[in-house]
Amino acid sequence: MSSLSERILGASAGEYVDRTVDRAFAHDGTGVLALEAWKRMSGVRLSDTSKLYLHFDHIAPANNSTTAALQHELRVFAKSSFMHFSDIGGGICHQLMSEGVVLPGEIVVGADSHSVTLGAFGAFATGVGATDMAAIWLTGETWFRVPESVGIHITGTFSGAAEAKDLALSYVGKLGTDGATYHALEFVGEGMNHLTMDDRLVLSNLSVEAGAKAGLCYADDVTVRYLKERGHTVASQDYESCTYVENLDFDLSDIVPVVAVPHRVDTVKPAEQLSGLPIDQVFVGTCTNGRYSDLERFARIVKGRKVTVRTIVVPASAEILMKATRSGILTDILEAGCTIGTPGCGPCLGYHQGVISEGEVCLSTANRNFKNRMGVGGEIYLSSVATAAASALEGAITVPEVT
Amino acid sequence: MQGEGHAVCLPADIDTDMVIAGRYLRTKDRSIWRARVFEDLDPTIAPRLQGAVIVAGKNFGCGSSREQAPVALREAGVVAVIAPSFARIFFRNAINVGLPLIESDLACSNGMKIAFSIRDGWVDAGGKRYKVRPLSPRMQDILAAGGLVEYWRSHP
Repeated sequence: MSSLSERILGASAGEYVDRTVDRAFAHDGTGVLALEAWKRMSGVRLSDTSKLYLHFDHIAPANNSTTAALQHELRVFAKSSFMHFSDIGGGICHQLMSEGVVLPGEIVVGADSHSVTLGAFGAFATGVGATDMAAIWLTGETWFRVPESVGIHITGTFSGAAEAKDLALSYVGKLGTDGATYHALEFVGEGMNHLTMDDRLVLSNLSVEAGAKAGLCYADDVTVRYLKERGHTVASQDYESCTYVENLDFDLSDIVPVVAVPHRVDTVKPAEQLSGLPIDQVFVGTCTNGRYSDLERFARIVKGRKVTVRTIVVPASAEILMKATRSGILTDILEAGCTIGTPGCGPCLGYHQGVISEGEVCLSTANRNFKNRMGVGGEIYLSSVATAAASALEGAITVPEVT
Repeated sequence: MQGEGHAVCLPADIDTDMVIAGRYLRTKDRSIWRARVFEDLDPTIAPRLQGAVIVAGKNFGCGSSREQAPVALREAGVVAVIAPSFARIFFRNAINVGLPLIESDLACSNGMKIAFSIRDGWVDAGGKRYKVRPLSPRMQDILAAGGLVEYWRSHP
């Protein structure tokens, strides 16, 4: 029996295959080098542009004239090449690809490490670099080594204040930052029935933090319903029992709020142990936790109260920002004293919109806490949205209450 | 493909933010990457990288997909990187920009002479010859061409 990666790639683990990709996307960061490489390769030939996407999300809007000039060149190319293009403010590439673009069974390649996010739809989605993307622009194809798979077996339902991010950090903590290098994760088991599409996107998103090449969830009723609302009729994927190189078991009812402490994503501790640690900034957003359900959960906790540290909330896409505006939760967030950033990656990667100072501590809902990432000499702690909301109110790491 | 150089020893789990920080990515000026490589790890290391073979611990190149990381290493004069394992995007990126990688767990001392052959799958270090797993034929072709751009220029 085959793993989902083997089924989608049509070969057995360990084999090298060339495959036409169904979707390929890049952003303003990797797109600049991809364009340079593509020009040096050919500068003329482009594969089927209906499968190619370019999203401006990393420095959006541009922060200085150097960035503006690089974005200008890429924007002109995107428009003249007729690939799908989303300008600044549209949102994060992974989020936009999840809003009714990527479908189960597809082969999806993104020039960004968190492209694994789209595995939540039962697609084989993985990250590549800029020059690989340039070759895909040229030929529409790339090579893969079919990965072995690690089974993450999930049972039960969440109890208490834990959410999908706590499970994601917990499995990265168990596997370690290289525990799944060259492998794909498969999230399986009856517990998956209780996880929403947004939850699954979080689980798949973090898989690269364990070194994984992909992180897949089988398409089921939840997937079918989500895509139906976005105009696609798709079929579920049946789980076949297969041999995993490693198996991890998680009972959702055992998961508690956790925090990844500087400077490693796999150094994960119960939030309880860090309770009271003072923070200078809270950041809610990114391809991990910037979705509508995240903003809604955050708003529910801070509504009618005031945050006591500066708190930056960045919706992952324009669609989410619009929905939050219409529903009124954006008002709740603003009235609590938070500020809102342009849909995109925000301060996650330390370019703009919330760089932290030396000696400052940021509690973030993102997926990376590497040294100096959000600002030289600053420290990043990673948590769930609920932990971030409770902590923003107290000005210190705080275990969220059960709601 | 063969090469040689002096060893520069580095720890495990070096992420690509550490190789070249995000604050230096918004440029196409490669001299900036050359000058700022490993700045957050050891700001004095850059001059020692000319002609160096980096010998690192496991999981070298984890994190961001930024291709500026292997480009910066090449620009700084790094001849090859040897580590027990590499993060997979870094692995592809390095080969694509013509930077040889070798999967091997070597005992490293700074400055020791290292010679290697990618095609024949060996590394000579500290008076010992280590057999190493060869790269896939496709990756060897890309590396032999000088990188993926050059590979596609010769396979139009």
